[in-house]
Amino acid sequence: MNIQGQGALVTGASRGLGRALAEQLAARGARVALVAREAGPLRDVVAAIRGRGGDAHAIAGDISDQAAVHRIAGQAQGLVGEIAIAIHNASTLGPTPLRLLLDTECEDLAAVLETNLVGPFRLTKILAGAMAIRGAGVIVHVSSDAAVEPYPRWGAYGASKAAQDHLSRILAAELDGTGVRVLAVDPGEMDTGMHAAAIPDADRAALQPPAQVAARIVQMIEDGVRAPSGARLVAPRWDLTP
Amino acid sequence: MTAAIAYPPARPGGVLEPCPARPHRELALRSDEVPRDKVWLVVVDPRGDRAPRLERFAALPRLLRAGDLVVVNDAATLPGSLPGVTADGRGFELRLSGPIEAGRLDGVLLGPGDHRTRTEHRAAPPSIARGDRIAVAGMPATVLAATGRRVELAMHCDGDALWQTLYAAGAPVQYAHRGERLALWSVQTGYAARPWAAEMPSAGRPLTWDIVLELRRAGVAVAALTHAAGLSSTGDDALDRALPWPERYEIPRRTAEAVGAARARGGRVIAVGTTVVRALEAAAGDDGALRVGSGVATLRLDAAHRPRVASGLVSGLHVPGESHFDLLSAFAPGDQLRRAVALAAQHGLSAHELGDACLILPGATT
Repeated sequence: MNIQGQGALVTGASRGLGRALAEQLAARGARVALVAREAGPLRDVVAAIRGRGGDAHAIAGDISDQAAVHRIAGQAQGLVGEIAIAIHNASTLGPTPLRLLLDTECEDLAAVLETNLVGPFRLTKILAGAMAIRGAGVIVHVSSDAAVEPYPRWGAYGASKAAQDHLSRILAAELDGTGVRVLAVDPGEMDTGMHAAAIPDADRAALQPPAQVAARIVQMIEDGVRAPSGARLVAPRWDLTP
Repeated sequence: MTAAIAYPPARPGGVLEPCPARPHRELALRSDEVPRDKVWLVVVDPRGDRAPRLERFAALPRLLRAGDLVVVNDAATLPGSLPGVTADGRGFELRLSGPIEAGRLDGVLLGPGDHRTRTEHRAAPPSIARGDRIAVAGMPATVLAATGRRVELAMHCDGDALWQTLYAAGAPVQYAHRGERLALWSVQTGYAARPWAAEMPSAGRPLTWDIVLELRRAGVAVAALTHAAGLSSTGDDALDRALPWPERYEIPRRTAEAVGAARARGGRVIAVGTTVVRALEAAAGDDGALRVGSGVATLRLDAAHRPRVASGLVSGLHVPGESHFDLLSAFAPGDQLRRAVALAAQHGLSAHELGDACLILPGATT
């Protein structure tokens, strides 16, 4: 997909990978709706993108809030037009320090699923139909190696990401032939606030900068051959072409 | 809006009996909401003297032919009912009548109260004039133009704040026949995109993705345009008589090409909703080819109009006397439509805009 001139929506866009994705999509000429819970930090990111000539808009909203999702989608399409690129990047680990499953409150598991699985599904339900009727669109689910590996203490987060991976595959199968591509992307370990919350004593020098991962995801959006619908891609293994 | 009369008989099921035509004064349709996957479809073949028949809406792919094209309106419904107050503290309800562009709101004002009071019985709005400063959902605005209760407003805030407040404070426009508040999601189609519609383009409500994908498997193409469906009532007789007002539309290149391809292969174009008919007719040149891009539709459809692009129409049910009934008359003779309404009434169908549906299409019953 040629990103120039497309409407894009990125959740969790006030920091980390979401911010880097919004910045790079805007740099390539997309009109970007940035979604995050807190309005203040989001406005700063939007102002920075506009300062570089990008087309960016701030939408304060919580993707885990059922009533907020239609508002988010409506605001986004009011501001940037039809959404051709939707990136489900916002997610939560649940309470940190991370706990064993048997020490995890059921309510905490449910809250993690609401933010990482059900909320993005609600948003996809609104946006994917418009993409499919027009015959073009890319939906990206930001995943994790915790969706595949049974890391102790990553139960709530890992289960939510595994479910989202499978939802991504089934959605791709159902939308086969419509022109909508659905991807799951494991970004690898990144130097972000979320990583620090999960693994406070990690060696930050060994972690990828979010901008480097965002550049790979942007290429996946552009490249329907190397990133076909239904694929689960691992960003550090993606050969970045100049 | 429908002037429907409550009519509670059981839903149809099993074998349907042939229905004798009845004078329209006896027609009675229900006015309740029908779940999207439970909608009935009255099938009308306007050729000759064919009897209308009843099908599940999900039968649509069987009723069309490979090579046909279905065109939908992908406008999302705005949360277009907003509270406001004049500089001297008098309250009103603003109902948006079309898309928001460059911080400008177009709409009509109603006096204090809510949708539970019939629009024509609502208190008159406070009189306002060009240049007045007012507030809409707490946002300051200047009145650019006022013609009676019809207004154009310039909002004094940036686009991000305007849309955030609109969606936080606004609710879908609705009418007195439906008491409880409609949720925003309940007035969106399964493919809604840009929020351009003052009221839901409701003919597409029963088009589930199961049906859309089944249409495509059956060789029926499906394409979208965007048409800014406006208000169906303003509470002011003079303004109502001029409805529908000019409405903005946009034809994507892909859709213009799909219409051209369908015509070239002898396929029929089926419009889902009268808003689609209005956009197609406005965008059609004399040769029936569509102009790509945006425009403003001004034409009024009635029995005298011969659609140049659409061969058929999917619509809600409308009874004689409603403006929408005249619109359907562009696709079928009045007698045929009255028989269709009689069949719908006999089987207790709903004429609510979120109710049952009809398909008017030459050849649909063969």
